[in-house]
Amino acid sequence: MISFFNVSKVYPNGVKALQGLSLQIKNGEFVFIVGPSGAGKTTMIKLIFREELPTKGQIYIGGRSVVRMRPREVPNLRRRIGMVFQDFRLLPDRTVFENVAFAMKVICASRSEINERVPEVLKLVGLEKRMDNYPPQLSGGEQQRTAIARALVNRPSIMIADEPTGNLDIDTSWEIMDCFKEINEQGTTVIIATHAKEIVDSMRQRVIALNHGEVVRDEHRGVYANAT
Amino acid sequence: MFTLMLLRQAYYILQEVFRSLKRNSLLNFAAVGTTAISLFVLGVGLLLVVNTNQITSTMESNIEIMVYLKEDISEKEALSLEPLFSRISEVKEVDFISRDEALVSLEEQMGEETNLRDSLGDENPLPNAYKIKTSEPREVGAVAAEVGRFPGVEKVRYGQEVVEKLLKLTNWAHTIGLIILALLGVSAIFLIATTTRLTLFARRQEINIMKYVGATDWFVRWPFLLEGIILGCVGALLAVGVLYLSYGTLTAKLQETISFLPLISDGRYLMWIYEGLLAGGIVLGAIGSAISVRKYLRV
Ligand SMILES: Nc1ncnc2c1ncn2[C@@H]1O[C@H](COP(=O)(O)OP(=O)(O)OP(=O)(O)O)[C@@H](O)[C@H]1O
Ligand SMILES: [Mg+2]
Repeated sequence: MISFFNVSKVYPNGVKALQGLSLQIKNGEFVFIVGPSGAGKTTMIKLIFREELPTKGQIYIGGRSVVRMRPREVPNLRRRIGMVFQDFRLLPDRTVFENVAFAMKVICASRSEINERVPEVLKLVGLEKRMDNYPPQLSGGEQQRTAIARALVNRPSIMIADEPTGNLDIDTSWEIMDCFKEINEQGTTVIIATHAKEIVDSMRQRVIALNHGEVVRDEHRGVYANAT
Repeated sequence: MFTLMLLRQAYYILQEVFRSLKRNSLLNFAAVGTTAISLFVLGVGLLLVVNTNQITSTMESNIEIMVYLKEDISEKEALSLEPLFSRISEVKEVDFISRDEALVSLEEQMGEETNLRDSLGDENPLPNAYKIKTSEPREVGAVAAEVGRFPGVEKVRYGQEVVEKLLKLTNWAHTIGLIILALLGVSAIFLIATTTRLTLFARRQEINIMKYVGATDWFVRWPFLLEGIILGCVGALLAVGVLYLSYGTLTAKLQETISFLPLISDGRYLMWIYEGLLAGGIVLGAIGSAISVRKYLRV
């Protein structure tokens, strides 16, 4: 469970990115975060991931305060969260397999664990035939699926994606969303910040809408924007 | 279990080190080149300074006080002064030169043709004398004054102006040498830090990803540290190699022409300098990457 209590974030330059945000996301939920550019979606994700600290308020993940967490506990937090970005963030000089294995090496998994687990997740995202390719040889959708596999490989309890389909066409976007749906069905909490209206509208999942750093709407089986 | 994890971690870290040594060859080349050139220049400066020191201190240790005794003092009386001179605390060496010895050495200096004996007849115009060396060149003045007060001493001479000039000169050589060394050292650190920062800038994406997948700071830091150490070591070896060869040739050439020049050729002392440079390269490489990696760890 992820809880925000009255969280505000003011960046050093004075921008108020979030103001008095309070919300809860239960284990196993599938949540879209929507809102216009600059609404604070990325900031909210950075706070969960402890890339930024809130100016005010408390954030709990699994009963533990992210705010009071000591710096050396941060790696442990991040190992429980899989992160996916709009720009994929793959290492171009490593194969798909190595990119995914990299996340396992970081947590000191054994070689046999790596050799077993990496093909398994690559199969899950439909990339088992591309294991030995380098990212520049892949399509955007394939690169993003590699990134998803990397986020998934250490069996995180939470998957967070910041505009994962921002660089992809609509068909590919659907493939990626199906991937996330499948991950969610296996019990992982999925949080996706997105501008993909059509997808949000047809998937009918929980939608948290932000504007000017505040929650303006929070609906189960919601849509991208209310009809006006 | 814990040891196994550590071993595995060490293995993965080494893998990362070798991968990046292989992949970033151009930047690594630049880093090695910078280290080598910086340390070479530093080494040249160091060798210049120690040699200047050596030359000036050799000259200093050759400073001596000549004590001429009165004509009417017998050789026996003259010899009785020796323990008194030796007792002066700054005195290192006391040599008695009898008037006969002085004459012989004068003869030798003037050569056979002059026939000194003939022109002098039986007279020996030279006095009995003492040659005194001090432990510290700057004590010469004080010792000379003290010696001058002994009864039976006619005259004391020690080349006052020469001594003072020499002392001034060596002081300057010291200070300037140290300043130059410090400047060279600072510029070496600066150059190396810049190069590692460049290397890390090219790899910030990699560091970023490591942090995102939950790598500890040490897991990120170690490969860069090791790489810095390896590159610094290679650069220093290059510098020391070139320095060793060129210094050997140069001193041999110089000593052929100016044989009395007291250049340092003591292998142990030189080795000490070379080892210092090598250690310097390693430390610089490690510090350079440690400082630069810090910036990118804040994610
Ligand atoms: N590091 C930062 N320093 C200063 N201001 C920032 C920083 N990051 C974001 N902001 C500001 O905070 C506000 C919220 O930004 P945020 O990135 O959270 O928006 P977003 O909802 O993700 O927008 P988008 O849909 O364009 O990605 C914006 O006004 C932005 O300019
Ligand atoms: Mg954003």
